[in-house]
Amino acid sequence: MRRKMIGLTLLLLVGYVLAGLVMEMPPVGSPDAPAYTRTIPRYLSRSVEDTGAMNIVASIILDYRAYDTLGEATVLFTAALAILAVTGGDEE
Amino acid sequence: MIHEALSQYNYIVSSTLFLIGLYTMITRRNLLKKIIGLNIMDTSVFLFFISMGSVEGGRAPIVIPGAEDVVYVNPLPQALILTAIVVAVSVTAFALALTIRLYEDYGTLDADRIRELRERGT
Amino acid sequence: MTEDIIVKTSARLMTPFIQMFGLYVIFHGHLTPGGGFQGGAIIGASMILLAVVYGLEEGEKRLGHDASTVLESSTLFYALIGLIGIAAGYSFLANRVAGIPVGTPGALFSGGAIFAINIVVGLKVASTGKTLFYALSREERP
Repeated sequence: MRRKMIGLTLLLLVGYVLAGLVMEMPPVGSPDAPAYTRTIPRYLSRSVEDTGAMNIVASIILDYRAYDTLGEATVLFTAALAILAVTGGDEE
Repeated sequence: MIHEALSQYNYIVSSTLFLIGLYTMITRRNLLKKIIGLNIMDTSVFLFFISMGSVEGGRAPIVIPGAEDVVYVNPLPQALILTAIVVAVSVTAFALALTIRLYEDYGTLDADRIRELRERGT
Repeated sequence: MTEDIIVKTSARLMTPFIQMFGLYVIFHGHLTPGGGFQGGAIIGASMILLAVVYGLEEGEKRLGHDASTVLESSTLFYALIGLIGIAAGYSFLANRVAGIPVGTPGALFSGGAIFAINIVVGLKVASTGKTLFYALSREERP
């Protein structure tokens, strides 16, 4: 019961903050959103010339932000390592 | 007010999913249900980002050679979410591994019961 | 594990096509939607399907533990591809500016480092998916 009360209180609190934030966002699909007008035009117009890849998402994750993806591959590796350590790996 | 809320439909749905996941994580005592709540929260964040990148009448961000005046959707949130999905999978797998170990040691998935057993030192 | 002949036969027939599709998604990652992560997940799923239908030991025969350990280390190859950029005098993971041939946009062999990294990441994700499944699904542990 106490847990439910804590849950509901937190729910109302977080829900209030989220509702306030969502109403401030630019409408879904608006081409004038700041997220679409600042850096994206450069990616859209230059990526084929810069990387030779037709898939803009591929050119972002593997060229412009390849360092990020290296970290991501490391996360996968570390997760596999940690899980093998926790579950006892292959010994037996 | 209603019109404004309708234009934010995707954001409202993803906020609701986030709250559902949060509530599940707080109120459920079963560790597996907590992990399911975590996954619902993950999914709500993915939905939020992908809707943020959508543009009306936009195409998938694959360049069409020689085409002029094509509107592409925002590729950056998609790239970021690709990373986030992989991290979410890793976190879920690790949480499941820890849950398996806890179940082996204590014979229960109930978080409160596990804490009780730990304090008793068995 | 299961003795159902329908499940076994359809899994055996489907697996090559699933893996071929996964390879297609990986190799065309710079031309079509998809890439290393998605294609790797498809190939990993095909290996999990084999392990579910034929049992863990039988699945282990298809991709042994040693092979998946090697594939698991392909993060290293990723970093080595990144070092080409430094060797050419540019930043880590530099692609076209470091002199890696980019090719004609739209051809299969284009994109320079993107093509190589997609393959490396695809192998890595496939082997990680298989490793995670095996680590979590051991039946009897002491």
